[in-house]
Amino acid sequence: MEYEVVVGMEIHAELLTKTKIFCSCPTKFGDPENTHTCPICLGMPGVLPVLNKSVVKYAVRAGLALNCKIANFSKMDRKNYFYPDLPKAYQTSQYDRPLCLGGTVNINVNGKTKPIGITRIHIEEDAGKLLHESSDGTLVDVNRCGVPLIEIVSEPDIRGPEEARIFAEKVRNTLEYTGVSDCKMEEGSIRFDVNVSVREKGSKELGTRTEMKNLNSFRALERAIKYESKRQIIELKKGHSIVQETRKWDDVKGISSAMRSKEDAQDYRYFPEPDLVPIVISDDEIKKAKDQLPEMPEAKKERYMAEYNLPEYDANLITSTKETARFFESTVNLCNHPKQVANWLMVDIPAHLKEKDLTMDTIPFSPEDLAELINLIQDGTISGKIAKSVMEKMFDEEGSPKEIVEKHNWAQMQDTGELKSIIEKIVQDNPKSVSDIAAGNKKAYGFLTGQVMKATKGKANPQLANKIIREVVSKKIDE
Amino acid sequence: MSISNEEVTYVSKLARLRFNEEETNKMAEELGSVLDYVATLNEVDTKDIQPTEHILPVSNVFRDDVVGTPLSNDVALSNAPDQENGCFKVPRVLD
Ligand SMILES: [Zn+2]
Repeated sequence: MEYEVVVGMEIHAELLTKTKIFCSCPTKFGDPENTHTCPICLGMPGVLPVLNKSVVKYAVRAGLALNCKIANFSKMDRKNYFYPDLPKAYQTSQYDRPLCLGGTVNINVNGKTKPIGITRIHIEEDAGKLLHESSDGTLVDVNRCGVPLIEIVSEPDIRGPEEARIFAEKVRNTLEYTGVSDCKMEEGSIRFDVNVSVREKGSKELGTRTEMKNLNSFRALERAIKYESKRQIIELKKGHSIVQETRKWDDVKGISSAMRSKEDAQDYRYFPEPDLVPIVISDDEIKKAKDQLPEMPEAKKERYMAEYNLPEYDANLITSTKETARFFESTVNLCNHPKQVANWLMVDIPAHLKEKDLTMDTIPFSPEDLAELINLIQDGTISGKIAKSVMEKMFDEEGSPKEIVEKHNWAQMQDTGELKSIIEKIVQDNPKSVSDIAAGNKKAYGFLTGQVMKATKGKANPQLANKIIREVVSKKIDE
Repeated sequence: MSISNEEVTYVSKLARLRFNEEETNKMAEELGSVLDYVATLNEVDTKDIQPTEHILPVSNVFRDDVVGTPLSNDVALSNAPDQENGCFKVPRVLD
């Protein structure tokens, strides 16, 4: 029997506001524990939360970018549960009246476009952080309590681990592009919860699902779904049924295991938040927000193909992250060789970034530097081969491309006279090559070019060297 | 309107409260009369009344995204029954 893997996803992303959702405490990551707190986010009795305007702005923007309908009316609710990461004993969230409804994300799977439905997006507050480093208790850091989140809920339209990763990447890129979240995985600013079930291929009914929470990398997401769906298929083949439960993904061991099951099903007793008033947004305001959306990756891709004549493959890669696209456009504005800029951004630069554990955000040189490097190749100062070495030194922060070329004396030999005397000596020293060429074996030219490059340490302009070699050799043959 | 002892036990569990049998009986009785009292609202004719989503006829109360001064660590922890390394300390919970 063939099985199909069905996945639904919940994505939590931290919004890029300066302050928390209901108080003026900073949201900055990495400061000492419990230094970003106030009576509101500590959950003191009698305090009055007030909604951060930017939270609504960013969430609306995210909703529009993911093709959702923005609700003219929405409200906050309390989700009640006891856990020490939540001082109030309830999370302020949205229940039946979320800010955004019914969107779509088009993903690209094996060259085909596939729409994935977005059920809803709501705003809520993050919980604190539990530290398990004390010998006889658990320590609580409240800094993250009240940091604004959006929760994006997908329809169970995703089929399998690869689609899940592609979907998650697409959502991440969209949030990054629109500037609503920095989506830093390592800081937990974007996290994935997945619901996984399997069913007989062709069946319309959904199988019993299990949930895995807080997957914090694309790799973990893909591996967890792969493992969990396989586990479910094995269970079903044995004639067992799937237990609906929350499972914990262990990324080190690469396995999922059942969490200690709670005695009761969760009962969050949602009710309207009496301390926060509803959010009302007019159609005009929604339209205005829509007009202010930045260019989305897909539109950008189309434009790069039309305006810069980039192949679709290149345009796809270059627009896959906001920073790469920004770097590309800035560089192209300075030197008019889009295809070459794209090549550097697709091949050499990612390789160096990976090796140095950097990203496009932390690349050690500017678009001006890349433009200068390309111009040095274009005006014949250096060869394409030397340019690769210059790039390496740019990553070592040795200076601008011009400074590097000068420092290492890498400029191509522009002096025809000097190059000619080197070539004459090589031709003199290799009579066999000359007689080979005279006998019609043109391959010997390649050998001579190689010798010239070796003698000049790659600094000879290859076209010029070839031209002179031919002149010198034919003169020699004539002698 | 009455409320069963099972319902009292369920709700008290959610609220992390523990009642003995006598207390549970008393709770069921008292909560029942509270619900009865609230149920008198059902007698009001609401035919021409718009349903409300919120108790206040107010909307869009926002604050600007401007950073204020948070509490210092020692003030934040001053009410904590137990603390360690600048953190609130609670009985050990499972990860
Ligand atoms: Zn606060």
